[in-house]
Amino acid sequence: MFVKQLSVFIENREGRLEQVTGCLSEKGINILALSMADTQEFGILRMIVSAPEKALEALKEKGFSAKLTDVLAVRMEDKPGQLHQITHILCTKQVNIEYMYSMATTERLAIIVKASDGEKAEEALTEGGLKVYGEQEMN
Amino acid sequence: MIWNETKECMSRDEMTALQSARLVKLVDRVYHNVEPYRKKMQQIGLEPGDIRGLEDITKLPFTTKDDLRDNYPFGLFAVPNSQITRIHASSGTTGKATVVGYTRRDIDIWSECVARCITMAGLGKNDIIQIAYGYGLFTGGLGAHYGAEKMGATVVPMSTGNTKKLVSMMVDFGVTGIMCTPSYLLHIAETIRDMGLRDKIKLKASINGAEPWSEKMRMEMESMLGIHSHDIYGLSEIMGPGVATDCIYHKGLHVQEDHFLPEIIDRNTFEPVPDGTEGELVLTTLTKEGLPLIRYRTKDLTSITHGKCECGRTSARISRFTGRTDDMLIIRGVNVFPSQVENALLELSGTTPHYLMIVDRQDNHDSLEVQVEMEEKFFSDEIRGLEDMTRKIEHALKDAIGLAVKVKLVEPNSIERSMGKTKHVIDNRKY
Repeated sequence: MFVKQLSVFIENREGRLEQVTGCLSEKGINILALSMADTQEFGILRMIVSAPEKALEALKEKGFSAKLTDVLAVRMEDKPGQLHQITHILCTKQVNIEYMYSMATTERLAIIVKASDGEKAEEALTEGGLKVYGEQEMN
Repeated sequence: MIWNETKECMSRDEMTALQSARLVKLVDRVYHNVEPYRKKMQQIGLEPGDIRGLEDITKLPFTTKDDLRDNYPFGLFAVPNSQITRIHASSGTTGKATVVGYTRRDIDIWSECVARCITMAGLGKNDIIQIAYGYGLFTGGLGAHYGAEKMGATVVPMSTGNTKKLVSMMVDFGVTGIMCTPSYLLHIAETIRDMGLRDKIKLKASINGAEPWSEKMRMEMESMLGIHSHDIYGLSEIMGPGVATDCIYHKGLHVQEDHFLPEIIDRNTFEPVPDGTEGELVLTTLTKEGLPLIRYRTKDLTSITHGKCECGRTSARISRFTGRTDDMLIIRGVNVFPSQVENALLELSGTTPHYLMIVDRQDNHDSLEVQVEMEEKFFSDEIRGLEDMTRKIEHALKDAIGLAVKVKLVEPNSIERSMGKTKHVIDNRKY
């Protein structure tokens, strides 16, 4: 079970992020989690949003380079050792983590993981007793 | 000092007679030895006998870079390969190089022309000259080298790259002359200043070419180093550096007219224009054996004057170049066409993304940045993926134009479009 992550290419100059948030806000799309990966010249804004397809369409209309990627959303509890449990399982199974970030909404806590082998990662995490959210559970 | 007073100070009548005789022979030779030229002449019903002197030159068709490309690599050579002793090449518009070939006599004449230019700059056989052009397929290094040797100077073949070593040797050897691109000389001047060696150098003159530069840049170089700087013009298709140079009076560049016949034509009508009027420089190689070219359109804009110069030379002088009739850029001595970038991007992605070339000069070093608009197929949600894509484009562009390029991925539609046409080049260099 994967969730759809929305990634947007953003140049490192003022006002660009504001354009993205403005576009999503206009369409009434909620941002549940986000992370920003940046280099000197550009950044990639990664988000889990309430309506990924609609958000993608809206951003493309505004001329942004954006795409949807399958990522894992793993349920977490607010206590020590939770993240380690995930990394340990993936490490044991020799699955590489491309990137990860956290999601904390009033309903749930989760870690968003992009693994080198998504299906293998999901299987391992589920076997390890962890809950992996599906798309419909996010809204 | 004048290297070849007989040729450089000829009366106009004598020069016209010499050029006429050489032109008649050239046309005859080319007609009989170079098939594409023969066909071109036959197409317009022209026979060698129709050209009886300079006054008939406008009957002859022009030659362009396309002719060289269409007959790649050796199709326009007028002698068998057994007589070609050297090949040079410069970048072409579509990835294929423009190839030029020289006989032993061509190399001798080229060296003679460069020797005249070096003498014009006030240097002689007692001088020690560093050649800091790139050596190789590019005509700059070897062309300057052979000329300086012919003139009798002590030649130091530095090539380009290690500027500190160049400066150390300049001081240790007591170097008095240098030949390199103007932007490289400015870089050298700054290195000398930074190393605190301005008082230790014995440099008298520099001869700089392969890039467009201005009077302002000349003044700057001259005052930074306390020298005379001279502009040397040339292009590989015609020969290489040494076609023309300015003397110590800097009143235009003296053309080696006994070997290269200059014409200036209107850039729209292609008709000859009077002295002093700007137009495109057209050159005919009067004595070249390997690759003789008739009325070669250089695409360089200048004007010409035929009056005698204060230095005593009577050769025609062309003014500093004011630009080009095409979109060719010269970056660090390398000819670059936007179409090369376009083709490389096309090959890489299957479509042509919008791109913008930004040429800049920082610390007197030319740089080229190419901005490429992000396309669906380039986009990755991982930084590594985007960085790999950037490197991949950089490699492809470097292969295509022979110059290190910095690629920057930019957002879609961020490159300005005007009237549906995109501007592909911004040149921020100050000439």
